[in-house]
Amino acid sequence: MFTAGIQLNEIFMVAGMALVTFVIRYIMFPISGRFTFPKLFERGLRYVPPVVLTAIIVPSVLMPNGGALDLKLNNPYLIGALAACVIGGVFKNLLLTIVLSMVVFLGAQWVFAMG
Amino acid sequence: MVDFSLVKRSPVSLFFEGAKDTFPLVVGAIPFGIIFGTLAETAGLSFHATMGMSLFVFAGASQFVSLSLLASGTASPMIVLTTFVVNLRHMLYGASMVPFYKNLTSLWKMVLAFGLTDETFAVAVSRYNQEDGVQGKHYYNFGSMVFMYLNWNLCTFIGLTAGKAFPEISRWGLDFAMPATFIGIVIPYLVSKPMWASVVTAGTVSILAGGLPHKMGLMLAAIAGVMVGLVCEKVFLENQEKG
Repeated sequence: MFTAGIQLNEIFMVAGMALVTFVIRYIMFPISGRFTFPKLFERGLRYVPPVVLTAIIVPSVLMPNGGALDLKLNNPYLIGALAACVIGGVFKNLLLTIVLSMVVFLGAQWVFAMG
Repeated sequence: MVDFSLVKRSPVSLFFEGAKDTFPLVVGAIPFGIIFGTLAETAGLSFHATMGMSLFVFAGASQFVSLSLLASGTASPMIVLTTFVVNLRHMLYGASMVPFYKNLTSLWKMVLAFGLTDETFAVAVSRYNQEDGVQGKHYYNFGSMVFMYLNWNLCTFIGLTAGKAFPEISRWGLDFAMPATFIGIVIPYLVSKPMWASVVTAGTVSILAGGLPHKMGLMLAAIAGVMVGLVCEKVFLENQEKG
């Protein structure tokens, strides 16, 4: 018999999470053969990557602590994100954008923690 | 003139091209994965369950959400349901990939679908959309996926180990790595007015709907953004035809 109850609970949780995530990522392939998407839907899909990512970025930058909107310039997430936008727009280099904006973010966090 | 109608490339070279193009995103995922590993123990998740999550779920955002739910004592079925909602966006990724995967075997589709993370999707979909006649781009997609997967699991492991040595690492705020990476992915898309309009809409709605439970605001923002993009496309196109 299983005695480690917590262990078993974790197995169910991880298995459940794995199953729903895989089904979400896979489900469109077996069902898509049965119908064709309308042209409008296909055009709409081109907006999916930037739109979804923006909807993840904006709350994590402007509401870093979950609840309230933080538009103050001593919000290191906001400073880092602004830096990422400028660096990305100017240099058009993904690696440079990530690394430099991380440096700006950590610097801002350090400075604001002192002040 | 180069004839682009049929370009043969070896699977191995496409695999490594995919891995190479994913490198910046892998760098962005490193702090994210390490933080996940360090936070897991505090949230009360065992070593094996934490590794199991990175090995079998392989979805960063929902893994983080599950940790915060665990820490607040949420029951497993509720965590699974929340995972479903947080990852629902990947169904749109699947829909986007349908035309590109249509000639692949079911096994290939399953493998690539398993690895359809935000990062690999973004890299692979832009490669598929390059109309250069290259055949076998699923090897490119696979290379991107394998690199992300190995890195994610290695970083989770490092985080689990380092969390014991440096318990304060989770307070460094390295969670900024995810928005930094995603900003870098979004910027190249911003080349047309409809794209700008859709992204601004998504950002605004994500804030307005930020208080909704289970990250439902994310789906609302995505749907609003896509709809505004399509409407703007139609408006600008008609204006061009008139002018």
